[in-house]
Amino acid sequence: MRLIVPLAAAAFGLASACMAADLRTGVLRVDYPSVPPVTRLDARPSDLGFAGAALAQEDNATTGGFMGHGYALETVAVAPEGADAALDALLAEGIGTLVILARDADLLRLADRAGPEVLVLNAAARGTALRDGDCRANVLHVTPSVAMLADAAVQFAAWKKWTRLYLIHGSNPQDLALAEAYRRAAARFGARIVEEREFEDTGGARRTDSGHVMVQRQLPVFTQDAREHDVVIAADASDVFARYLPFHLWDPRPVIGSAGLQPVSFDPALEAWGATQFQRRFEALTGRRLAEADYDTWLALRVLGEAVTRTGSADPATLRAYALSEEFELAAFKGQKVTFRPWNGQLRQPVLLFDGRITASVSPQEGFLHQVSPLDTLGLDAPDSACGAFGGG
Amino acid sequence: MRTYLLGAVLAALALPAEANKVFVSNERGNTVTVIDSDSWEVIAEFPAGNRPRGITISPDGTRVYVCASDDNLVRVFDAETYEELPSLPSGPDPELFVLHPSGNPLYIANEDDNLVTVTDVETRQVLAEVPVGVEPEGMGISPDARFVVNTSETTNMAHFIDTADYAIKHNVLVDQRPRYAQYSADGSKLFVTSEIGGTVSVMEIDDDGAPELVHKIGFEVPGVLPEWLQPVGAKITRDGKWLFVALGPANRVAVVDAKSYEVTDYIMVGQRVWQMDFTPDEQFLITTNGNSNDVTVIDVAAKKALRSIQVGQQPWGVIVQPDM
Repeated sequence: MRLIVPLAAAAFGLASACMAADLRTGVLRVDYPSVPPVTRLDARPSDLGFAGAALAQEDNATTGGFMGHGYALETVAVAPEGADAALDALLAEGIGTLVILARDADLLRLADRAGPEVLVLNAAARGTALRDGDCRANVLHVTPSVAMLADAAVQFAAWKKWTRLYLIHGSNPQDLALAEAYRRAAARFGARIVEEREFEDTGGARRTDSGHVMVQRQLPVFTQDAREHDVVIAADASDVFARYLPFHLWDPRPVIGSAGLQPVSFDPALEAWGATQFQRRFEALTGRRLAEADYDTWLALRVLGEAVTRTGSADPATLRAYALSEEFELAAFKGQKVTFRPWNGQLRQPVLLFDGRITASVSPQEGFLHQVSPLDTLGLDAPDSACGAFGGG
Repeated sequence: MRTYLLGAVLAALALPAEANKVFVSNERGNTVTVIDSDSWEVIAEFPAGNRPRGITISPDGTRVYVCASDDNLVRVFDAETYEELPSLPSGPDPELFVLHPSGNPLYIANEDDNLVTVTDVETRQVLAEVPVGVEPEGMGISPDARFVVNTSETTNMAHFIDTADYAIKHNVLVDQRPRYAQYSADGSKLFVTSEIGGTVSVMEIDDDGAPELVHKIGFEVPGVLPEWLQPVGAKITRDGKWLFVALGPANRVAVVDAKSYEVTDYIMVGQRVWQMDFTPDEQFLITTNGNSNDVTVIDVAAKKALRSIQVGQQPWGVIVQPDM
């Protein structure tokens, strides 16, 4: 005899103890026109982010089944010019919690358009300014900032005593911002940038279009005659050249940053801290490996789910207050609880260092101490952040 | 059968405690290591399927059950010969389980599928599948066998499953990532460890088996970052006086006064200490240390680590054979 106990019966125990809370969340993804990635292994799956949302929806709904809480999810992918209208449509349905995957400027505009009553979780925009002077009280940042990622990478280099850095950055604004984050990180953790070069993005006629033969000839020439260095830092947010650097440098050195050893919020190889189960559940549900945007979106929705579970409320202001409170903590398959920084709404979290096949290390590194949490050695600490929207923290 | 009868006769003669076999599952090594609790020598190591984690033994000490997580079944071994016996269906990705005190059935947590599977160990049939929270892991059973408690790591609950009708009668929210549930021998208390929350939730259990959350035990070790104090396995002495809590990457076992909930001691053991079991006389507590590939033997009365023994790769679970 095989007895399948229905979930309704399973939920019986708590039915009387809980009030009903129903949370409806929109996941809004802005899709930008882009050239194909340098490597086809970096191709964007069409369900990027949404796949993580689907897993989080299952997780939240399962827990909600025991608590008497309901969860509904609406996912929208839209071109940049349609983003405002898509946002308006979600808000018109009465949705008060949003996970947004968009670039910095669009995230900011959409958050302002949504207004202070709406709680926005940022799952893709990594600009440090959004956690600094451009912060917004209604935005919680689940995805790590560029500063956190750069700090994580440079801490590792410093731990290795690779303190002479050769910084190669792209020429687009986001590349320059990334380069700046590496300069700041170097200064914070006792490393020095001994050489710095810009790899110009020449648009359609990429230097690398000619294939591997040209890459093999040109990159050594581009990187030669640099001052003595221990490691190359690649700052290529535009995906133009960094992937070509390993094995094509003039001097044989490891590459860290946009290629080689990359700081990421999550990687599909991680097995520690119960991550194996998480990866398997994701793969069984979606049929592919997890990407960072999936993790960031999953985590954003889990933040909401955890806040609903603990407060019994679906009110955006209540959820925001709980997320920012001392009581909030969440397990995120990274070995320690994640919490929010009260000064700028950034989620404190470890940053993984991924070489494309394995999780080579996890920052913060041993020995980098902080009076509150070692996690606050990554990114903007309270005194560093000009954010005033959170009441000064 | 003959061996079993002989064992029963010997036990009836109340001879001094014989050496017991200690079975350790090696998650990465895909083996079970067998240690003699008298000489503390490794006496055997045998293949145990893919990714063996949870491990237990029949009350008569003859059959060892192993959650072969990547084989999606429970493997069964003869405790004397280590010969493999017919497997039990477990549902996908079995991680931890608990055996009914009578020896049947087996209650199994299916980590990937949000289920607890109930399997009859004699007929090898699945009796029930009970939907629980996300990533079920810890499994405990009340001494009167009325309730099986499952902890779900991502839902962060202890689910109280009535063994009569397999319905969940109570759910209790605990701190992040609950891993293990341990009743006191008199059934009056339940301890649930929360790995990421860094706490042990204490529940008082009333005469009907209903829980009430009364306390949370925290941990503090000078020189160890609080993030690394991650409670995983837990065992309580039969007299209800001492609770031992494995603290994972802190490489320590906490000793807790189970009446006052004060932590009285931290015992250094191997790296990433995970699960534990007592010898039947409770003279020793054995811990699995996943990252140093060894087990530590703790003198329970003295609350001191006595020795460590190398086992297979990434030891996960441990069970000590009852006196035969």
